[in-house]
Amino acid sequence: MSFMEYAAAPESTSILNIRPHYGLFINNEWVEGRGESFTSISPSTEAELFTVSEADGRDVDRAVTAARAAYDKVWSRMSGAERGKYLFRIARILQERAREFAVAETVDNGKPIKETRDVDVPLAAAWFFYYAGWADKLDHAGLGANPRSLGVAAQIIPWNFPLLMLAWKVAPALAAGNTVVLKPAETTPLTALMFAEVCQQAGLPAGVVNILPGKGSITGRALVEHAGVNKIAFTGSTSVGREIARSVAGSDTKLTLELGGKGANIVFDDAALDQAVEGIIQGIFFNQGHVCCAGSRLLVQENVHDEVLERLTRRLATLRLGDPLDKNTDIGAINSREQLETIHRIANTGEAEGAERWTLDCAIPDKGFWYAPTIFTNVAASNTIARDEIFGPVLSVLTFRTPAEAVTKANNSPYGLSAGIWTEKASRMLTVADQLRAGVIWANTFNKFDPASPFGGYKESGYGREGGRHGLAAYLAKGEGR
Amino acid sequence: MSHMSIPKTYKLFIGGKFPRSESGRVYDVHGPKGVFLANVAQASRKDARDAVVAARSAQSGWAGATAYNRGQVLYRIAEMLDGRTEQFVAEIRSVTGASDKVARAEVHAAVDMWVWYAGWADKYAQIAGNANPVSGPFFNLSVPEPTGVVVSVASQDTAYSLIGLVSAIAPAIVTGNTVVVIANEAAPLAALSFAEVVSTSDVPGGVINILTGSAAEIMPWLASHADVNALDLAAASGLSTVEWEKAAADTLTRIVRPRAAFTSLSVDRIDALVETKTIWHTKSLA
Repeated sequence: MSFMEYAAAPESTSILNIRPHYGLFINNEWVEGRGESFTSISPSTEAELFTVSEADGRDVDRAVTAARAAYDKVWSRMSGAERGKYLFRIARILQERAREFAVAETVDNGKPIKETRDVDVPLAAAWFFYYAGWADKLDHAGLGANPRSLGVAAQIIPWNFPLLMLAWKVAPALAAGNTVVLKPAETTPLTALMFAEVCQQAGLPAGVVNILPGKGSITGRALVEHAGVNKIAFTGSTSVGREIARSVAGSDTKLTLELGGKGANIVFDDAALDQAVEGIIQGIFFNQGHVCCAGSRLLVQENVHDEVLERLTRRLATLRLGDPLDKNTDIGAINSREQLETIHRIANTGEAEGAERWTLDCAIPDKGFWYAPTIFTNVAASNTIARDEIFGPVLSVLTFRTPAEAVTKANNSPYGLSAGIWTEKASRMLTVADQLRAGVIWANTFNKFDPASPFGGYKESGYGREGGRHGLAAYLAKGEGR
Repeated sequence: MSHMSIPKTYKLFIGGKFPRSESGRVYDVHGPKGVFLANVAQASRKDARDAVVAARSAQSGWAGATAYNRGQVLYRIAEMLDGRTEQFVAEIRSVTGASDKVARAEVHAAVDMWVWYAGWADKYAQIAGNANPVSGPFFNLSVPEPTGVVVSVASQDTAYSLIGLVSAIAPAIVTGNTVVVIANEAAPLAALSFAEVVSTSDVPGGVINILTGSAAEIMPWLASHADVNALDLAAASGLSTVEWEKAAADTLTRIVRPRAAFTSLSVDRIDALVETKTIWHTKSLA
């Protein structure tokens, strides 16, 4: 080991108590699914972690029936104050078991332990704590007097923030008085299955939360097409979001969608450049770029382009890619072989279409799925890498001369989820923020999340909001006077 | 001396102008006893697309106007409409045969609806937005913004030929959306005369575009139009909307589903046609 290198500092996995096999969680019981069992692997080692049974259409029916019964007989009749207490309990249990959840998430997902420990798990607990307090205050949510819960909510979540996305979905749904059937992503079911144990520890009434692992094409489809579902909440790809929107056409099923993005991160020449560089890295290399709101298009004012790129590549050289359980790791594993292939496929169009590739020179582990941080410069707005969501650690750099051009280029996308603005000039920041067509604007920061802060997209990034007071509207029918 | 009347040519309203349908088509409108009233322009696919282009080019300017200014423009519409009460009463009666009392009540309700929405222009953001107390040194604010270009289907019930039109326009434009509205097919006269009110009310061209003709013919093109941000079908019960909703799904166009009570004064009508933008900024003394 040479000067300035780090010794390995891996987090122990001894805290984990992963079962060799998980079933479905329906009506507070573990039952075997009737679909085909599948194996969950660690994306950083390719080691087999456990097997899971898959829910088929009959299992979905059973879970929706359980959720309906729990809604009719228990949950919708309970006072908001009592519902809130269950959510507070869940928040507390997640805090108590935070270390275990962080390690589990890192093992199953491949993301660095410093992120699961400092972001995913504490935010998930905070989400339950925040919405717990809403449960008995729904009259004050701006949705009219006595807003009504919807019934059974079908929730489908992605693999990039497994436990956090569960919290984003389950906490407001339960606070508003709905019951839930949740399908975790095929590659990352572990923390959702552990969350089932949390529900048991919290004494949550049977059927209020049901968890069905499986593939989107089987379990997910059966769930969104089930006639007993009153509400669908989906986070995932825009193409699946379109399919779901089509499938609910003509029905009264309420739908919220949190889909893809191609966020513009705009750096003006008066920005504090070192802070901007940190924000650019946070924007695209946080969670290996597996972030729907990633700042994947860097728009740099032309006169500072070279300087920003120089500082950026110099800073990137200090990032450490490798064992996600190592507390010094910045870049973990790509979540799956399939996603790795997608990143390769889209990134390979970069050079083919004339952009210049820079890739971090770093050692890649022998096993597992990895993609070194990559930057494309000389990117044209029409290039595939400037238009398509890559969902990986790949940054496309474009330039602009005037603020108006920056806004036009930023808005030149069918997506509209997030955008970043880096400038020291407040009046310019506010005007640009006004003109950007995106649901979340980060000014002199990026990729910040909070349960009190609404999140969601414009245009083809979906509709509805998660988080904050606005997030309740996704799970309530308006009451009188609104 | 008797005066020979000069019947009006009822044309479309697109981009602040009154074009005939580019298709050259008209359809005849009759009163309750079959008496001929007018040859009304029958909008085509091309007219619908022109209307979207007009609505899109007017949108950022209208959204960028101050809320106070938008409120005054909406109030101006109420003033202009009120001053033409007798004309609208006569037109409504000529198509539906309604009593003077019923027709007058509809016009008054339409005027009052404009006044109600006008007052919301500079208040809506205060009830729909809020500061968010996040756990960190950040300023964090959520604000409503217009969704963009809204396609709205006015009620096809002839008993709502004016109030149905107004309830399809006002909740969209108050926050800065622009609209393309399909008027009542069988009773289009009030809608087209309303275009004259709009034309004299300081409403920038393209903010309100009014098409007459068949919703069934025009809507598939508008529903699948990639530059349309929302379909307001609140008053479309009785029409086959399922295929429109499916077409709209291709570009995740927002959909307001058919509902009862579409003419009631309701903030919910405004809520359905806005986006929430959340802005974070760091705080520090540095």
